[in-house]
Amino acid sequence: MSHSTATPAVQAGQFDFLVKGEHHVANGTLLGFWLYLMSDCLIFAALFATYGVLSQNYAGGPSGADLFDLPLVALNTSFLLFSSITYGFAMLQMQQRKLKGTMIWLAITGVFGAGFLGLELYEFYHLLHQGAGPQRSAFLSAFFTLVGTHGLHVCIGIIWLVTLLFQLRKHGLTTANRRRLFCLSMFWHFLDVVWIGVFTIVYLMGSLS
Amino acid sequence: MSELSHNHDEHHDHHEEEGPHSSFSGYMLGFMASIFLTAIPFWLVMGDVFSSRNTTVLIILAFALVQILVHMVYFLHMNFQSEGGWTMLSLIFTVVLLFITLAGSLWVMYHMNVNMMPSMMSGGS
Repeated sequence: MSHSTATPAVQAGQFDFLVKGEHHVANGTLLGFWLYLMSDCLIFAALFATYGVLSQNYAGGPSGADLFDLPLVALNTSFLLFSSITYGFAMLQMQQRKLKGTMIWLAITGVFGAGFLGLELYEFYHLLHQGAGPQRSAFLSAFFTLVGTHGLHVCIGIIWLVTLLFQLRKHGLTTANRRRLFCLSMFWHFLDVVWIGVFTIVYLMGSLS
Repeated sequence: MSELSHNHDEHHDHHEEEGPHSSFSGYMLGFMASIFLTAIPFWLVMGDVFSSRNTTVLIILAFALVQILVHMVYFLHMNFQSEGGWTMLSLIFTVVLLFITLAGSLWVMYHMNVNMMPSMMSGGS
């Protein structure tokens, strides 16, 4: 009885080994990428803690209230928020196996991301121009490290997004490409979550002091 | 028997959709909530709504916390089931480390500043 049920299962298992292996790897990728994001989260935790400790150490220099341009930050925040929802639309198109729609929404996401990065670089340039660079005070060092690291992540996300657009155009919505889209989706939404912390703790609370 | 396993395979192929299934209404709900939860803190700070700084700080931190939860649920599709609960477990572990890092750093460094010798205070915060 037990013999008759066990043998075919073993045979089937051997036969399907290569095919099923791919499936398991695909599942492992999403969990593995999530674990990467969690470790990235710890990097940001360290940077937030550093900023929290040093946020009042102006060394006689300008404070956040003197420097931050809140309407600009609000615009920046809305760019990132819009890019999150457009990426969501890209994922919905992907679920319906619509390649063109996926690519269009992905491209719009990239444009919003680039807009965010452009505004941030403009802000950095403006601060450096005013003599409020990272070497001015401990507060500004911590500020540039935290916000700069987030900006670097967005920059890498955009490079990844453009690479995926080329992959999609060449290979279509294959299993591998869908997996990559899922990973980038997690990365992109994760960056938006980190930005919530940045605009609240750095910009809004900095403008209050 | 082999036919059965074959069917099982096809089922797998068909159901190969990795990751969570998302819906338009879910994304829109999260997006609307996010706009609301972003706009109010900006309005509170830019409009000088409260005279007390501490009140404003507490409220905008609460809004940030709620918005992070909204993003986790509606955009990152966090739940207790995905990947057999491992994503949630790793998230909880990370949040604990995050809390220790942030609270510990702020607490220790605040007391360092407060208890420093008066002659050294001029250089500190």
